[in-house]
Amino acid sequence: MSSKNAKPRVAVFKFASCDGCQLSLIDAEDQLLAISGAIDIAYFPEASRRMAKGPYDIALIEGSITTHHDADVIQQVRRQSKTLISIGACATAGGIQALRNWKDVSEYVRLVYAKPDFISTLKMSTPIAEHVPVDMELRGCPINKEQLVEVISATLAGRKPNLPTYSVCIECKRRSNVCLMVACGTACLGPVTQAGCGGLCPSMGRGCYGCFGPMESSNAPGLAERFRILGVPQADIERSFRTFNAWAWQFRKVSEEVHPQ
Amino acid sequence: MRKKLYRLDRAGLSSLFDVLKQEGYLVYGPTLCDHAIQWLPLSSLDDLPAGWTTSTAPATYRLLRDSAGSLFHYWTGPDSLKKVLHPARACITHAERDNGSFRIWNETPQPVKRAFFGTRACDLAAVTALDRVLLQDRFEDDIYKANRAAAFFVAVHCTSSAPTCFCASTGTGPQARSCFDIALHERSPQEYLAEPGSASGSAALEKLAAPLAPPEWAKELAESCTHAAAAQQRRIDLNTAPVVISLNFDHPRWDHVAKRCLSCGNCTSVCPTCFCVNFEDHTSLDLQQAERLRLWDSCFSQNFTYIHGGSIRLSPKSRYRHWLSHKLARWQEQFGTSGCVGCGRCIAWCPAGIDITEEIAALQTTTHAAAMTGVSNHGN
Ligand code: SF4
Ligand code: SF4
Ligand code: SF4
Repeated sequence: MSSKNAKPRVAVFKFASCDGCQLSLIDAEDQLLAISGAIDIAYFPEASRRMAKGPYDIALIEGSITTHHDADVIQQVRRQSKTLISIGACATAGGIQALRNWKDVSEYVRLVYAKPDFISTLKMSTPIAEHVPVDMELRGCPINKEQLVEVISATLAGRKPNLPTYSVCIECKRRSNVCLMVACGTACLGPVTQAGCGGLCPSMGRGCYGCFGPMESSNAPGLAERFRILGVPQADIERSFRTFNAWAWQFRKVSEEVHPQ
Repeated sequence: MRKKLYRLDRAGLSSLFDVLKQEGYLVYGPTLCDHAIQWLPLSSLDDLPAGWTTSTAPATYRLLRDSAGSLFHYWTGPDSLKKVLHPARACITHAERDNGSFRIWNETPQPVKRAFFGTRACDLAAVTALDRVLLQDRFEDDIYKANRAAAFFVAVHCTSSAPTCFCASTGTGPQARSCFDIALHERSPQEYLAEPGSASGSAALEKLAAPLAPPEWAKELAESCTHAAAAQQRRIDLNTAPVVISLNFDHPRWDHVAKRCLSCGNCTSVCPTCFCVNFEDHTSLDLQQAERLRLWDSCFSQNFTYIHGGSIRLSPKSRYRHWLSHKLARWQEQFGTSGCVGCGRCIAWCPAGIDITEEIAALQTTTHAAAMTGVSNHGN
């Protein structure tokens, strides 16, 4: 922090994303008062007109880098920020928009825009960590607001935040959820996905969609093999790994391996 | 002196439930919930899954109808008594800033009297194993101690087993032999043999004023259990397991299992004896309050072996090897009992279908084969 008693200055930046992660901060209504009392929100266009200049103590970065302009801005943000935290699947893995990485983006541009010449975009959608050093990553599509509050309170207290990197299964079992793969034969990405959501989808009877990306020692090929045994068609196995975290290398690799020729 | 054995009909069984309620027990029992038979508080014995059975195989668990209408014709499910006695999540310590000073206090476990209606032999063996670890070692676990002291067990003997059961080979079932307050044998959905296992069990049964059971019922029960034991399809040789494991630290089978293992930690979560926990400190945003949480951990997580500088068991292979070795060998050295009670949960609930009996057998067979190859190769 800038000085002993000053509140940490926090900035929230957005790149290619849907805003859902930033909204988690606003959505933390009950804690919001405490948050705004504890930190100085210097730059957060989504929530406030105030646009104070850097340097910042904490920069929360949402979104992936998809344009030349973004690629420049993230460098400036890094220079102005003491602690830089990427939040959400776009910022940590490239997001759903990273599906373009397997295709020719200029084709999309031609199809979508009336005047493609005005569009300047990068070939790939890439995570923040591919551009600048990142101090911490908060996974999820969107992030879990409890984890965001945990990171802020840990930073204020000067302790390490509790951000598990093990599987969703551990959280699911702590909640006493019945395993959907075993009891219903439902394909679930929980065993290879990082915890953090609290086992949300399996608690609602749906297999995990992998919003929090690959867990610490994700054995995605092992799970793909189980999906095959459960009778999931190859194309669906590929698709299940190609969602919000498609470009995270573990999911990318397995989706390429099972890709129908 | 011979124990009194009682004969209970379905109404007698309900009276037993009522007696436990009157004595202030919150009665847990197996009940249908979310595609499985789980341990939950019962409001009456009507909550038992009458007419349901289960089918288990590696990575598979299914509920099926059972035409006989039995109350107890199923085996272990996804959860065990561990979830109640050694809860997945507990707050153990609080701290608070107090006008420039600081206050810290431990959570005092509130004992709740709980009766567990329908515990199997393997589950009781698991409780005995947890007793050894959490009560009889150098430290006592306060939460477990409080829960355990207030627990009452109504066991049900297994007169048949699931394909995933192997308690006969671990010497922990299928007949319940100790640790229960009352043990039941379901002869038919209308007729039960009840045997007291403790003074409080005797007292509860006395209150029912039930008729005594014919003495040959005990013999019939023992025969049925012996039959169930003989019919079990899986086994583990606990006597040789420690040697087999120590001889095979570099066996290729560990690579084979590591390819399939997802390091997901489901096996340790469902295992009724896996007791490891982790601690998390949390602080409030205003920095006025803090609490320390205790959560189930798993040796399949990387942080489990995190020490200064990093984790020790980085590869999934080393984690599976550790788990199997601890369950089947190191426990015996550490606690004088096996860490595995043969309940088969880790087989059914492993999403990758990894079977502990198959893994140890694979090491065992090639150990013998290698020894024999050594002999036949002699002189080559
Ligand atoms: S053995 Fe099965 S349940 Fe255990 S960590 Fe490996 S895949 Fe998960
Ligand atoms: S290791 Fe598997 S079979 Fe043995 S007690 Fe644990 S869950 Fe049951
Ligand atoms: S392992 Fe043995 S005691 Fe446990 S449910 Fe199966 S048969 Fe019963």
